[in-house]
Amino acid sequence: MNEGRKEIVQIGFVLVGVVFLIKLFFIQVLDQRYVELANSNAILRDVEYPFRGLIYDRNGKLIVYNTPEFDLKVILKEVKKFDSAKFCALFAMSRGELRGKFRELKARKEFSKFKPTLFITQLSNYDYAKVQDNLDEFPGFYIQARTTRAYTTPALANALGYVSEISRDRLEGDESNTYRQGDYIGQSGIEAFYEEQLRGERGVRFKYRNVKGIEKGSFQNGAYDTVSVPGQDLVTGIDLDLQLYGEFLMKGKSGSIVVIEPSTGEILSLVSGPSYDPNLLSGKRYSSNFVLISNDTNKPLFNRPMMAQYRPGSIFKIAQAMTALQEGVITPETRMRCDKTIIGCHPGHDNLDLRGAITNSCNPYFHGVFRRMLNQGLSDSPFDDTRIGLAKWNKHIMSFGFGHKLGIDLPNEKDGLIPTPAYYDRAYSNRPWKFSNIYSLAIGEGENLVVPIQMANFVATIANRGFYYIPHIVKKIGRNGNPLPQYTERHYTTIDSANFRIAVDAMQQVVETGTGARAKLQDIIVCGKTGTVQNDPMPSHSVFIAFAPRYNPKIAISVYVEDAGQGGRAAASIASLMIEKYLLGHTQRPYVEQYVITGKFD
Amino acid sequence: MDWVSLMLFLLLVALGELNIFASVYDDTVKQHLWNLSLNSGRQLLFIIASGVIIIAINILDMRFYETFGYLIYGLILFLLLLVPVIGKEVGGNKAWLGIGSFGVQPSEFAKFATALAVSKYIGSIGFKMDNLRTQLILFTIIALPMGLIMLQKDTGTALVFISFILVFFREGMSPFLIVVGLCAATIFILTLLVPHQIYLHIAIGTILVGLIALGKKKFKRVLILTIGALIISGVIESVDYIFTHVLKPHQQNRVRAYINPEADPLGFGWNVTQSKIAIGSGRFSGKGFLQGTQTKFDFVPEQSTDFIFCTIGEEHGWLGSLITISLFVALLLRIVFLAERQKSRFSRSFGYCVASIFFFHFAINIGMTIGFFPVIGIPLPFFSYGGSSLWGFTILLFVLLKLDANRSEVLQRI
Repeated sequence: MNEGRKEIVQIGFVLVGVVFLIKLFFIQVLDQRYVELANSNAILRDVEYPFRGLIYDRNGKLIVYNTPEFDLKVILKEVKKFDSAKFCALFAMSRGELRGKFRELKARKEFSKFKPTLFITQLSNYDYAKVQDNLDEFPGFYIQARTTRAYTTPALANALGYVSEISRDRLEGDESNTYRQGDYIGQSGIEAFYEEQLRGERGVRFKYRNVKGIEKGSFQNGAYDTVSVPGQDLVTGIDLDLQLYGEFLMKGKSGSIVVIEPSTGEILSLVSGPSYDPNLLSGKRYSSNFVLISNDTNKPLFNRPMMAQYRPGSIFKIAQAMTALQEGVITPETRMRCDKTIIGCHPGHDNLDLRGAITNSCNPYFHGVFRRMLNQGLSDSPFDDTRIGLAKWNKHIMSFGFGHKLGIDLPNEKDGLIPTPAYYDRAYSNRPWKFSNIYSLAIGEGENLVVPIQMANFVATIANRGFYYIPHIVKKIGRNGNPLPQYTERHYTTIDSANFRIAVDAMQQVVETGTGARAKLQDIIVCGKTGTVQNDPMPSHSVFIAFAPRYNPKIAISVYVEDAGQGGRAAASIASLMIEKYLLGHTQRPYVEQYVITGKFD
Repeated sequence: MDWVSLMLFLLLVALGELNIFASVYDDTVKQHLWNLSLNSGRQLLFIIASGVIIIAINILDMRFYETFGYLIYGLILFLLLLVPVIGKEVGGNKAWLGIGSFGVQPSEFAKFATALAVSKYIGSIGFKMDNLRTQLILFTIIALPMGLIMLQKDTGTALVFISFILVFFREGMSPFLIVVGLCAATIFILTLLVPHQIYLHIAIGTILVGLIALGKKKFKRVLILTIGALIISGVIESVDYIFTHVLKPHQQNRVRAYINPEADPLGFGWNVTQSKIAIGSGRFSGKGFLQGTQTKFDFVPEQSTDFIFCTIGEEHGWLGSLITISLFVALLLRIVFLAERQKSRFSRSFGYCVASIFFFHFAINIGMTIGFFPVIGIPLPFFSYGGSSLWGFTILLFVLLKLDANRSEVLQRI
């Protein structure tokens, strides 16, 4: 009786042991999930946000700095039942908003109950003090300190750009895995262009914590901890005083002022009108203000110096003159009739030579110059002849930096447009075209499109008598950094410097006796050229380019004021005030300043 | 005394002590193992007290246990009756009898008392297992303490008494009862696992048709099979009722956690989830002594008592599990070996009682930490923190060793 039952019991004991060990082998050795789960339980990742790099002007004046702000984060797993009425009062929200927050939180794709998740962004300093005293009543909620951008002046908004939370699209496209949800990123201007240098590196400290979230010392004695590395500072070529003055002059106007130091290509001022106060798009105010600013019909976010494409008008005659001289189709002594039957002109001059024609901005003269340029008699067919001439012309004009991006250190730079034969083939659907179809290019009208920064670069090229450096905002990275190599290379035009000297002579005449007389300064020889760009039925755009002094130029400037009439008025006045301000440190002509501020240019 | 058992006992107790220390260790405070404010320090006292108990057991005459078997059993039943009246409540269970700050759980000693009573009855002259009256008496012996412990809401300890069925099996009870019990449990779990019970009914119907078609087509056989199938279907239908009406909410949650802990890892699934994370994160060789984060930082609940195995799994990995489980299996086999060499039926069945109780604790406790069984709060013998349970197990083992040491004094009675 009962034979074999002892063995059954023994086998049963061994079997249970073996089954346990097999199951344990699966859990402990084969399944790797549990290590990660244990780590996410017990290891707290304490992120230390780096300081974003500061931005200085050319004289060491601070433009952009950081100011502390506080975010409220939540680890949902640790949240216990709390007094929601008190919570709502503390954070100034309604119960509905609180419920909405939790709902929105759980809907996030990367949401985890075990990880700290952003709950309320950017508590103000006052909130923070109040919150800190009460936070122990709300387990699971933590305060995270970091910094947001602040600006010493309301100037330069479009060039600086703004910083805000990274968008979902950017986050998903971030292959380097640099950013986390809720991180700040430069969204435009140099904040975006130099994001990599400015952002610095996040520091992380790994700490143990127990089930109640209480810290229990560092993980592996800090072997995996990293210290946050602050971002690099940027030193710009901006002259903050000049910038402020330029924005003061452009108040209430649409247009742009671009000021370049010809000997380096550094941008001294970049004024876009209308603009906005960059402090409005910083920190907590961003979300409410951005909608307002981006919906403003005056387009304050539109960075005109870089993005507005205009017809250049008569300032283009300088380029036409030098191109024709280079091709040998005219000499400085070439004279032509002011035949107003071909193209309109102002009265009071006739049969001028090249310098005189520039000084008085004679339209028929440049119609003639352009005809000689395009129809050089290299082909019997007037169509082919124009085509050959236009191709040569295009090559010269492009060498001034027109018609293509210059490579400035700001995002969204526009090309402008300098037509090629292929362009007109398309425009005329391959029907033949010749000089008489396209002659308005002669005086900077027609299909030409130029961006204000290109106009300033053009006049800087004249100031240098034949070459330019790529215009740039940032001169060095780090306060003791070196000049950036891509901006120290000279870009030569296809025009001989002798021909530039003729242009310079003429531009001096423009200011001294010609259309740009309002730009004349005592003791400083200003060389400039006016432009009045047709804008029917609205008033013309007022354009002026200039550099000064004539010898050893320190400043090159382009001013474009929309709908403000003749170039010799609004634009020339503003340009001369800027030159005065920069070279002398102050202005001497209150009546001109008053004229600009009043803004009645008719 | 059987030195193999003694060595296994000492090893298990020592490992238990170290793991209790690891589970309560706090890096930031750095207390010593013998610090009496820690569970490990108190456990050390309990171990020393066990030594005293062992000496006492050996001083007493071996005949004492058989002679006073029923008396001890009766005394324990009396104490169990007292507990609901004068007991104090610790952790939701009113299972403690206390004098001042010192308390014991009579239920831990009830296992020993019941083992004595069961063995004494089995060892009595003229005992016949296949007698229905005998079986009823045996079930009454285990049902009385079981019921009283149920009254203390200590379901886990009450369930331990089921393990005596193994002794009955060894002593000749038909395995039919065990098979039926196992089937019932399987059907219960299956019913809860399968989302729609109609599938189970279809499966039973299919099996029924299959059995009828395959076997002899006698009317009587078909009738019995059909009635059987109908009864099983009825049981399935009643499971839902039992689950929602008979089981208490916390018991329902334990069953839910067992079936699918991921359904609510922060609620009823927390214990099992965290326990598995602790054990699973140990990998092959563990995180090292005192390096376990799951247990040290309190993610695993009851980490020094019911979930002590998590500390072993986390800090010593699969190797630690292998050593621990091997030690237990070795002890169980050794106890069976000792039981089988006894000369009296009393001693033999007492040996089997010890083996059954140890086995039940071992299987259910470890099975619970790795998700094999629902969470049933019973200690892992010699490992789990607690004086009463340690002494209870010590008494069971060393009374057997005492009986074994003096086995030649017993008159041949089998």
